[in-house]
Amino acid sequence: MSIKADYLGMPLSIDELDAENLAYFKYCAEHDFHLQLCESCDLLRYPPTTACPWCMRREAKWVPVEGRGAVHAYTEVHHAIQPAFKAFTPYLVLLVDLDRQKGRPSAEEALRIVGNLATPEGKLAPPDVVGRVGIGTRVRMVFSDVAPGLALPQWTIDETAQQPKPWRYAEA
Amino acid sequence: MPLPAEMDTSSPKHLRDKYAIIGVGETSYTRGSGRTTRALGTWAVRNAIEDAGLKPSDVDGMLSYQSGDSTFAPFIAGDLGIRLNFYMDVFGGGSSTEALIGMAMGVIEAGMCKTVVLFRAMNGFSQVRIGGTGARSAVPVSGDMLHSRAYGWQSAGQLFSFTFLRHMYDFGTTPAQVAAVRAAHSAHAANNPKAYYQKRVSVEDVLASRIICKPLHLLDCCVETDNATAVIVTSADRARDGRHPRALIRGVAGRVCKPRVDMHYQHGPISTVAGKYAREILWPNAGVGPADVDVTGSYDAFTFTTLLQLEDYGFCKKGEGGEYVSDGTIRLGGRRPNNTSGGHLCEGYTHGMNMVIENVRQLRHDADDSCPRGTDGRRRHTYDYREGGCRQVKNCEVTANLGWAMPGTGSAMVMRRD
Repeated sequence: MSIKADYLGMPLSIDELDAENLAYFKYCAEHDFHLQLCESCDLLRYPPTTACPWCMRREAKWVPVEGRGAVHAYTEVHHAIQPAFKAFTPYLVLLVDLDRQKGRPSAEEALRIVGNLATPEGKLAPPDVVGRVGIGTRVRMVFSDVAPGLALPQWTIDETAQQPKPWRYAEA
Repeated sequence: MPLPAEMDTSSPKHLRDKYAIIGVGETSYTRGSGRTTRALGTWAVRNAIEDAGLKPSDVDGMLSYQSGDSTFAPFIAGDLGIRLNFYMDVFGGGSSTEALIGMAMGVIEAGMCKTVVLFRAMNGFSQVRIGGTGARSAVPVSGDMLHSRAYGWQSAGQLFSFTFLRHMYDFGTTPAQVAAVRAAHSAHAANNPKAYYQKRVSVEDVLASRIICKPLHLLDCCVETDNATAVIVTSADRARDGRHPRALIRGVAGRVCKPRVDMHYQHGPISTVAGKYAREILWPNAGVGPADVDVTGSYDAFTFTTLLQLEDYGFCKKGEGGEYVSDGTIRLGGRRPNNTSGGHLCEGYTHGMNMVIENVRQLRHDADDSCPRGTDGRRRHTYDYREGGCRQVKNCEVTANLGWAMPGTGSAMVMRRD
């Protein structure tokens, strides 16, 4: 069944034919991060796809994955393009290397998960928190609830982790 | 300098120098054209046909690229009385020009037609904003966009910034080095009477402009304009009858991709772009290397895109792009000027085609600057690159165009003077 919902005043929808995204976001709605594990080559993949990018096999099973990692790159958006985000500037979009499967199947590969910097409750982070995060910051996954069957995975600072000094643009 | 044979991934090179660009044309670069894309495209194609010294009946193939924001080839052909033996309108923006030039060579080689005109017609400011504002930012978010747009990660600048920022982290590239690209291209545009922005800006001006999304300042981003551009490809033999010296095509690479293409961030290093792969097709096909190139046209949707491509195509060592673009090399009068028209940052935005047009004019030794004309109608270039002066590169023999779609996809072309 398709899902239509509103997030920050922005229409989101998942088509009933989009089986991979329906499954992915259903797990997210339960605040449970799952990815497809290829039954042939044993590699996880992101975002959801219909075949394995490494061995072309179609069969995969959804497995739980711990949402912890470190910021690989980011952008700090000051001029929002989408009306939905204008009230939240500056906001951060993070590219996070998951600890799981980092450096596999080749040294330069990782499961790099996109998300905003958020509060532990899944709200977009306020400016003073945005200013603490850069490349290297340890983060953990939280969720922004949108609708039944749909929550967006997000990132928040992992307060329990030992934090390196983050690399931030023009502050190095 | 050719690459070692083991890096040569391309097919046989029998097309080297066998095709040429014989005509180029464009409309003015404006914000608020007051015309349809059909009118813009028709005028650009007509200008290219006249530039080539051809009649409409000499053209029998047409290619265009667009993103649902333009007019299809048959309408432009019909308006100009061109009867087509071949046409195709493909989806795409940056990195299309060089790829379609390769396709034009292929269809002529296959005997499907004789002479192909390519065009790009767009109201990139007044109708479909290229930066993603207006109607483009209001569409429902579904499918793959749930993993991007839903996070306020949608415009080209936002999407590419992971690559740009990570390059600074990996190699220590500084904001001032990157800003030097804008300063250079603006100096070139000051000598281009048709450029939209003809005012010179300094590195300090770029750094003082407001942040759009880190690491991009406003002046790191190109201008959005309304315009159309066209180029005509035909066989080198047929091109002998043209009005101008031929711009011979040495080699092309079209929409070469990094692993995982649309999800290229999954595969690192993310500070490397598709040029790393495209160069293994481009240079062996062209039979030349970066050191042989006199003028580059490295796509400048952003200052960073110029830098990253010059680096990954091998014009400098990996990681030294910041130095390469800021040490004077890419300025007029430097060792290898880039985007001598002012490029997308200053001349106007046409998804790469205006940079090919500029290099054709450079190879003809006929850059359309303010230098005086002789009695034969040709410009007498002064090679005085001060503001408002000449922009012809002296003894330009070989050019390279490096087209950019996104970090994960690029196209390229090498041309030489006849």
